[in-house]
Order: sequence, then C-alpha cells, then structure tokens
Amino acid sequence: MPKLVSHPDEVKVISRRFGTGAADIEKYIAQDGYKAVQMALENGPAWIIDTMKASGLRGRGGAGFPTGMKWSFVPKESAKPKYVLVNGDESEPGTCKDHVIFLHDPHAVIEGTMIAGLAIGAKMGFIYLRGEYRYLLNIVEKAVADAYAKGFLGKNIFGKEGVDFDIVTQTGAGAYEVGEESALMESLEGKRGVPRIKPPFPAVVGLYGGPTVINNAETIAAAPHILLMGGEAYAKLGSERNGGTRLFGISGHVERPGVYELPMGYSLRKAIYDVAGGIKDGKQLKAVVPGGSSCPVLKADEIDVGLDFDQMAKAGTMLGSGGIVVLDETVSIVEFALRTIRFYQHESCGWCIPCREGTDWLKKTLTRFHAGGGNKKDIDNIQYLAENMMGRTFCPLGDAAAMPTLGFIKKFRSEFEEYLEGKRVDHPLIQIQPIGEPDTIGAAH
Amino acid sequence: MPDVNFIVDGQKLTAPAGTLLIDACKSAGIEIPAFCYYPGLSLQAACRMCVVRIEKQPKLATACTTTVAEGMVVHTENPEIAQARKATLQLLLGNHPLDCPVCDAGGECELQDMTFKYGAADSFYAEPKNHREEQKWSPVVYFDRPRCILCYRCVRMCGEGMDVFALGIQNRGSSSVIAPNVPAQLSPENIPNLDCEQCGMCIDACPVGALTSGTYRYKTRPWEMNHVATVCTHCGDGCKTTLGVRSVANGSEIVRGDNRDKSGINGDFLCNKGRYAFDFANNIERLTSPLMRKDGKLKPVSWEEALTFAGTRLRELRDQRGPQSIGVIGSNRLTNEENYLLQKFARSVIGTNNIDHHRTADFVTLAAALRGSSKRFASQHCVEKAPALLVIGGDPTTQAPLTAWNLRTNVRNKNARLYIANHADIKLRRQAKAAVTLDFAGYGAFADYLAGDDSTANAASPDTDALAKFRDALRAEEKLIIVLGNEVRGSTIARLVDTFPTSKFALLSDYVNSRGAADMGVMPDVLPGYQLVGAHAFVEEYKSPETPGLNLVEMFDAALARELAALYVVGSNPVARYNVDPATLANTFLIVQDLFLTETALLADVVFPASNLYEKSGSVTNSYGDVQLVSKAADKSGTRSDFELIVRLADKFGHEIKQLVPFGKGLRADMGQTRGAQSGEADRHSVWLTANNLEPKLSPFDPFAILDEIQRLVPGYDKLLRLQLLSGNDQHIAPSAGDLVQIANRNDLVLPSHDTLFTSGSLTRFSPQLQDVQRHQSREVADHLAAD
Repeated sequence: MPKLVSHPDEVKVISRRFGTGAADIEKYIAQDGYKAVQMALENGPAWIIDTMKASGLRGRGGAGFPTGMKWSFVPKESAKPKYVLVNGDESEPGTCKDHVIFLHDPHAVIEGTMIAGLAIGAKMGFIYLRGEYRYLLNIVEKAVADAYAKGFLGKNIFGKEGVDFDIVTQTGAGAYEVGEESALMESLEGKRGVPRIKPPFPAVVGLYGGPTVINNAETIAAAPHILLMGGEAYAKLGSERNGGTRLFGISGHVERPGVYELPMGYSLRKAIYDVAGGIKDGKQLKAVVPGGSSCPVLKADEIDVGLDFDQMAKAGTMLGSGGIVVLDETVSIVEFALRTIRFYQHESCGWCIPCREGTDWLKKTLTRFHAGGGNKKDIDNIQYLAENMMGRTFCPLGDAAAMPTLGFIKKFRSEFEEYLEGKRVDHPLIQIQPIGEPDTIGAAH
Repeated sequence: MPDVNFIVDGQKLTAPAGTLLIDACKSAGIEIPAFCYYPGLSLQAACRMCVVRIEKQPKLATACTTTVAEGMVVHTENPEIAQARKATLQLLLGNHPLDCPVCDAGGECELQDMTFKYGAADSFYAEPKNHREEQKWSPVVYFDRPRCILCYRCVRMCGEGMDVFALGIQNRGSSSVIAPNVPAQLSPENIPNLDCEQCGMCIDACPVGALTSGTYRYKTRPWEMNHVATVCTHCGDGCKTTLGVRSVANGSEIVRGDNRDKSGINGDFLCNKGRYAFDFANNIERLTSPLMRKDGKLKPVSWEEALTFAGTRLRELRDQRGPQSIGVIGSNRLTNEENYLLQKFARSVIGTNNIDHHRTADFVTLAAALRGSSKRFASQHCVEKAPALLVIGGDPTTQAPLTAWNLRTNVRNKNARLYIANHADIKLRRQAKAAVTLDFAGYGAFADYLAGDDSTANAASPDTDALAKFRDALRAEEKLIIVLGNEVRGSTIARLVDTFPTSKFALLSDYVNSRGAADMGVMPDVLPGYQLVGAHAFVEEYKSPETPGLNLVEMFDAALARELAALYVVGSNPVARYNVDPATLANTFLIVQDLFLTETALLADVVFPASNLYEKSGSVTNSYGDVQLVSKAADKSGTRSDFELIVRLADKFGHEIKQLVPFGKGLRADMGQTRGAQSGEADRHSVWLTANNLEPKLSPFDPFAILDEIQRLVPGYDKLLRLQLLSGNDQHIAPSAGDLVQIANRNDLVLPSHDTLFTSGSLTRFSPQLQDVQRHQSREVADHLAAD
C-alpha cells in the first residue's frame, strides 16, 4: 500500500481530508462534509451548473471535457429516468489517483454524485468501481450505508420533502475497456463490456436508455469542494482554461513516488525533480510517460512543459489521467514498448478489427523483436501497424495502444536499431506481480 | 422525414434525413464495402471497412453509422480511404488461414472480393497464426474459427432476425470467438453444440467461409454448379430457393440450396427445409422404373408395358362400371398445371367429379366469403409491410417460417403492431403488441366475440379481461392484415371476414401448392377458381357431370364397399396420411405416381416413378395467392414429370390428346420427346415467340400449353403476366369470381399436417438431412434457451 506523501508545493483541495480518517462519516462531517450538497439543495440546478462552469473544471478521466458544460447538456425533461454514473474503473497503467480518493475520502464521491444528480434532476446514482478494486468496495459501501443512516440518501434527503436520491455500487469484472463510458454502461447493464455507437451520447441516451451524466471519480469528488469555495476561487488555482488542481500519480524511477495534488499548469520538470524528489539513485532521466500509459512518451529534454490539457497537447502528448511514469537511463525502450502493448493487447475488447488484430500483431512482433528475433523491417512494420490503427478504431483504446507505440518508434528509433545490433543488453521481462489485497486496509471480501 | 441534399464523390444526391450514408450511396449506385453492416440488422461499426472521408470531420467516418445531413460532402474512394481499407484487410488476412482453394466460400467470399479490390496481398508477419480446430455444431452448421473475421452478422441474424439467440461471443480481444448455445460440457460429443432452429441463416449471412453447411462442405466449387432458382416444396410460404446443380451419370443432382441473389419473395430468408431438405431428390430409394404387380409382387417393367396396361385397364373399368366408380387424388406438391390437368383428366377424360386432395386449409370458405372483393386477399408482401397484423391460430414459426420472419422483421424494423390470438403459447407472442390465449376449441366463439357477441367470451378464452382489451385494441385499428391458421375454418372464417370489412385475409396452408390445388379445383364439389360444379363454362369445356363427386374420405368408404373400381393417386400418400387400412383397397385397381414406394404405392397395381418439384417447370401458388414459376433444376433418369404421365395415361386410355392439352400447332409426333419439353427452354422460347407475334410450337408435355387454358378459365389467373413469371417475380392473384355462390354447410375436410421445422410429410423419412437434424435436436439438452 503506497504511503501518503506530501510536498510543500501541493495545493490540497481534493486531498485535504486524506489521512484524517474521513471514511468515517462523523469525521467527514466535521470537515465541512455534506455542506456543499445542502447548498446545492438550496440554490438549485442553475446555480450548481453555473458554479461548475465558472470553476473551469475539466474531466479528470483524461479527455478534459468541461464538466459544467457536460452537465448542462442533459435535457431538463425526459420520459426516462436520468442517472449519474461515477466512473471508478481506473485501469490505465500508471494511474492510481481515484484509488486514494475511494480509500481516504469516499464520502466526497457520494456527495459529488448527489450534487451532479441535483444539477441534472436525477434521482439515482451509480458508483462503478474497477473489478480489481473490489477491496475498496466495502469502504465505499459502508460510506453509502452511513449516508443512508443519516438520512442523506434515500427518500426526502436532509429532510427535504420530495427530494429523493439513491446510490448503488457496482464493480466491474476486470476489463480496462469498460473505463470507456459507453462500455461501462453496457457492463453496468450486465452485458459484454464493449463500447456503444455514438451518437447518441450518454447525456441524451445513456444508462438503460436514460439521459446520463458520467464523470470520473476525481471530477465528481471535486464538485463539493468547488461549491464550498466558489467556482472562480477554484478556477484561479489552476492555469488558463484549466481550472483548479488535480491529483498526479508519480511513479517509476523517482525518489518519492506517490499521489500529489498539484495546481493545473504546474511544471512537469518540477513535478519530477522537486515534488517527487528527482531520479532515483542519482541516475539520469531517459523519458517520461506523462499521463498514463496511452500518452506518447516525452524525452528527457522535453519536460519543460506545464501540466495542463492544452500545454501537454501542444507538446505532442496528453495530460491524460495524470499518471506520470518516470523512466531512468537503465530502461530498455524496447522492453517498455512491449510491456505497454502487452497490456493493450490483453485489454482490447475485440469489437473492431484494427484494435483487435492490430494490438495482437504489435504484441507478437514486439515479443519476437524483444526476444532477439527481430530485423530492420520489423521496426517499419510496427510503425505501419500503429499508424494504421490511429483514428481507425471504434473507440479510443486503439489509439491508446497506437499512440505510445508510435512515440517509442519515432523518438527512440535508434534504440530499436541498436537493439538489433546487440549493442544493448537484453534483459528478460520482469514478471509483474499481481497486486494482492492490501491487508493494511482490513477490507475483506 | 424531409429530404436533405449532399454530395458523394462529386455527385449531388438527395435522401430523406435519417438515411444511413451507406444506404443512400447504395441507392445511388455507389457501393461502399462493409463486412459487419447487414441491412435490417443492428449497426456494429466493427469492421471499419466502410470508412469514408466526410469534409470538415477530423477522422474517417463509418458510412454505416453516419446519417446523411444537409450540405455534407463525402468522398468514398481516395488513396487515404483505400489505404485504411487495405490495412484492415491486411490485419484480417494476417490471421486468416488463406485456405481459399479448399474453402466452400472460395469464389463467393466477400473477403476475397475486397482483397482483390484493395490489393492487400502482401504479408509481413513472421509469427504463427492463431489456430483453432474446426467444430461441428450440428448436422448443418460447421464452424472454422480461423476463417472468422468477427463481423457478428451470424450473432445478430440468429438473435435479431430469427429470435433464437443461439449464437454469442466468448472471450475478448484476439481470443474472441463465436460460440453456440450448448457448451461442450453439456453436449454429447463434448464439443460446443447448437440447439436451434437449424435454419442456416448464420451460414448465409457469413461473408466468409467461417460458417459452412454440413450438407455442402467440400463437395464442389461454386462455379462448377448451375444455379437454378425455383420454389421450395416444403411449406405454403413459397420461398425461392436457388439450387446448385451438378451433372452426374444418371442426370443431375442438387448439391446445395440457398437464396443466392436474395431476389425471391423471401428476400434474405430461408429455413432449414428450404435450404437443406432438397436431398430427398437424391435419395437412393427413388423409383426409377415403372412397376407392375405380377404374381402379387411389384416388379420393374418397361414404360410401354406399364402405361398400356394402366391405360387400357382404366378404360375397361370406366366402360364396365361407369365413371362414378373411379376416383382421382391430386397433390399439394404438384404444379398448378399438373393439378389443373389432373382434375381435367378426371372430369373430362374419365367423366367424374370424384377428385380430391389432402386439404390443409379451408380455402373454399375463404374464397366464398371474400367473393367479389378480390382486393381483400393478402399477399405475403402485406405481412412484410403492413403496419398492423392479426394472427389467429396457427404457429407460423414452425408452419410458415417465412411468414414468421416477415412478421418479426416488420415488428423490429417498422414497429408494426402484431396481435396474436392462439390457444398455444406460440413463439411469435414475443413480438406481439398484444396477445390473448384462446380455448383450444374457442376459435368460433372468439370470432363471434369479435363480431360483438359478448356472451361467447367465456367459451373463447379463459382470460376474459385480456380478451376485452384485445378486442378494444383491434377495434382501434383502421385496417389489419389477418392471417389465419388452419384451426380457423368454415363459418368462423366467414364471420371474421364480415367483422373486419376493411381488412385483408390470408390462410396458412401446409405445402408448396396447397393453395394452388384448391385454386385448380382438385375437389369434388368445386371447379377451378372455386366455381360450383356445373358452372356454365366448364360444362361446355369439359362435358363433365353436374353433381359433386366423392371426396377423399368417401372414396375410401366406396372402396371398402367395393364400389370404387379404380383409384389414380398422383403425388400423394393418403394411406399413411388418413391411416387407411390396406385391406380397404383390396378390390380397387390402384395406379400411383410417386417418388418413392410409399404406403400407398406399396398397395398399387401400377406405380409410375415421377419427378419431383425440383425436376420440372410450371407454376405454384403459395398460401397467400402469390404465383411463382418453378424451374427444372435437377434431373433423374428413369423418372417422368407428373404432367407427362397424366398425358400419356390419357393417351393410352384412348383420349384425344389435343382435347386434353391444347398444344397448338405441335404434332402428335412431339410425344416422342419427353425430357426436353420440361426443361423450361420450350417455355421461354414460346414466350419469346408469342411476344413477337409468332405462333409458339408447344409439346403436349409443356406445362405452358395448359397455362393458356388456366388463364382463360380460372378467375384471377387471367391477370398473370407470363414475362413477370419468367423473370422470377411473384404475382398476387385473387381467384374469386364475382358471381361465386356461397357454399353452405360444406364439409371442409381439412387435415392439418402438423409438420415441424424438421418434417415435411412423407418426404421427411427420405431426407437424410431432416433425419440427422431430428436426431441432433432430440439429443440436445431439453428446453435449452434457444428453441421453443
């Protein structure tokens, strides 16, 4: 279990209750808990959406869509029930931010869900947890039960006549693909986790055919804080068009890996060298995967960039899910590329041809290449495959596999060539140890 | 929907808003390739082959999910698009076994065609392909996983199209695999298995050779067959089945059946029997020589001996014991021309109205009830398109699978309102807007209740509340297509026809030409076109007796009483069907024409080996009155068509042939030719001649020689256009004379055959495929989720 970390540059908004035992409802209430939702109840949907718009909050799942605007797309009148759906299917390698929220501050997710529900006129919310996060389910379910016991959930919430809100929790069955919003809805409805054709978008036809707001858990958890501090105040914390703060999970070869809450636009270089304590054991930085494994890699000389959606896009990569993976000089890019594509090959749902077959051939080719059976043509073939997957797949998973692969080939082509010439030491793939259930949490099945 | 204007490849197009781009392009003659897109099934956007460039959009878009919009500018072919398609094909071919030289689909494969077009022939993978062994899922469905491109057409066809849901997807990513509904551990052979309707629609929809048919695989190449479109013999829906035929030593055999060009009345659809149950034609037990009873045993004899004996004996008996001592039985499976000829033979050659056939629906009452209003006969196309439909009785899913398919498709894609009234829990209730359970014997009471007689509610249905709501719903409908099962007969039909004066009606029957046999007057009390015996035109024409003859049951009663001197049975097995004691016919001279030594043929004095529906040409009329041409596909040496046999028997009987078959300027010498005249060549030739104002030269064995007379004398059939027929189109007719007299208190004698999806009367036991499928289904886990 990663220890909680801290750094003076952090701006603690979402993480302010981490480590205070706020999974306990009384401790949560003592720290302004469930105040925001009562403000929302008093001020009504328009106020909520305006505040959210003013906050400049953009979706923390990785796409960065303005949250207030997303909520405003839901039609006011609907024949079918509306729903709020919390995407807690955090599965991108290098990403571990939602995990700490569910662990340390589950009530913030519950309160955020209720606020989203009040904003769009929904009476029901679902918290969908990643299958592998099953050990967090008891924590979240206890929090939901406590909220019901207090009368915060259920009929006539906070004693307000006629205002009902229910929350249901559900875990996935272990599929990265259901992090995609429409695949998540399929999964939640009990079907195969494959994405849906869009349009219609979830705001119009979502879960069980009803208008649905689906947000990342961190986005939802930010909502109560934004209502409490005001939209403008939150926006000011971040950079231009990128309001507020976000959680960055810094992992890999750094001295102090962990989840840090930094203002949007914070320097990537400072995040690595100051916040995370620099490269481990005094080694040299080789590359950074800045926003989860699907983001194109940055070389050591490309890290003078601000951590927000727009600046990262300008740098040719993505802010993504905020999982910064730092690689030192000892890392073989060939091995790293193989490890990355193994994940996407394993997680491809198989629905469309370019992703299903493309990830499979990439994995096969890279496996042989890594094992020493490669040739020069393979490098071109890998690039050709990745280029022909880009933008051609049904959902973004194909791009997520192709983008980093293209990045590795384009930026580290010489390393692939050297690998062929035997200049680099070939070391076997390190077997990934399955993450067991951390016993420190005491959340048994 | 208002029309929108858009541009595709520089062409200005217009289509209703909401039209899919791929469909709009197809209508304009611009073909966009696709594997997963299949008209009428849900959209997948999975194969990414239909990608096109839409201006002002960042990525290539899938034409199968894009709806046309005003001002949209689309490019469907350019180097970028070609490269995208090529790359997708390369990915598919990477794992494809490329066993095209032996694959059933070779030459008829969409993957081959697209590879040819986009040139994705180069391979750059060094790794082994993902391989899995082929699996036999049922006697008719085999699965070769390596060839599968995962377009999910089969899954949707089975679920959405057939409402069976026997196929699904297992695993994910590159391990994804199509799987049938009985897992290995539950199946007798420990391999995955299909418990379903065995319709083969999954095979038909498969764009590659991943799903292949057990009856056809590895038998031949598609280009080595002749493909002959004809009509399936097995039920009253009249589906077109295209038979693949190959020459063999003793004629030509049928190798496969499918609906290759989707051009028939059935469009995409064929059921198990239409697709696979042609194999009775190739059965080793087919009769190939005339038989005569000698010393108590049936022995092979020459045609001349058998015909001469049968003709002269029949003449003797007619002359000695009178025409009323002779009976004739026709068939549900003969063509219109043959059935017409047969009743004319009875009435005009023998001089008796003792003619009947196995009736499977009460068409006489329906025709009588609808008299003078020919527009109220529903066509199969009505079931496909009408917004509101009512099915009373019957179980179309098993009895008339095309009707069921059309009902389902209409409900699914056009939101048709389907109402079901039935004593049984039939599968189509799943598509019904409203359904009511009737008492087993409550159909008459139900009709009375619909007519407004509330006192019959309890007799009609155990659930009178549902019944009342059901009637209210029907009354709210402006007009309905009403399809009646063969439980509904006599006065019940008449009552319904009166109650719903704006509705159209159809009556389900059991075999390919059940309706045609009734239309052609193969009954003792009505003449062709449901005209009463004694109708003026026929008295002139036939000089036949003016009183009704014996019906089928009465003929056997007469035989038992030694009053039936001779019986001529054509294409029918009444001894088995009506459970007749063999001793009944001990004193009757029996002539049987059939494919096999049936229970009836075994009792005969003379047996003529006949060709079946797939070996002759002519026309048939389905339950709805849609007339279609059947074409000679196969050929079996040693058999002759029923048409020819009737003519030859009449000749040996001593009748003037030209009076029976008006074959124009043909000569009696034309009786020398037999096979060629049935091939359909002569038909086509004669139509061409007629169209050019030339006199056709017909043979007496040419069914078209009698079609003239049918068109002249049978109401409704006068509207037939021969060129339409020859083009393979169906034409709806309503054989109802305006002056038809109401026939009261008539014994309908309907005997439903209760065929299942895997039986077809006496032919069942001669079809190895049907036997295999029955065995397969009986071994399956009972009540598995798919089939009813």
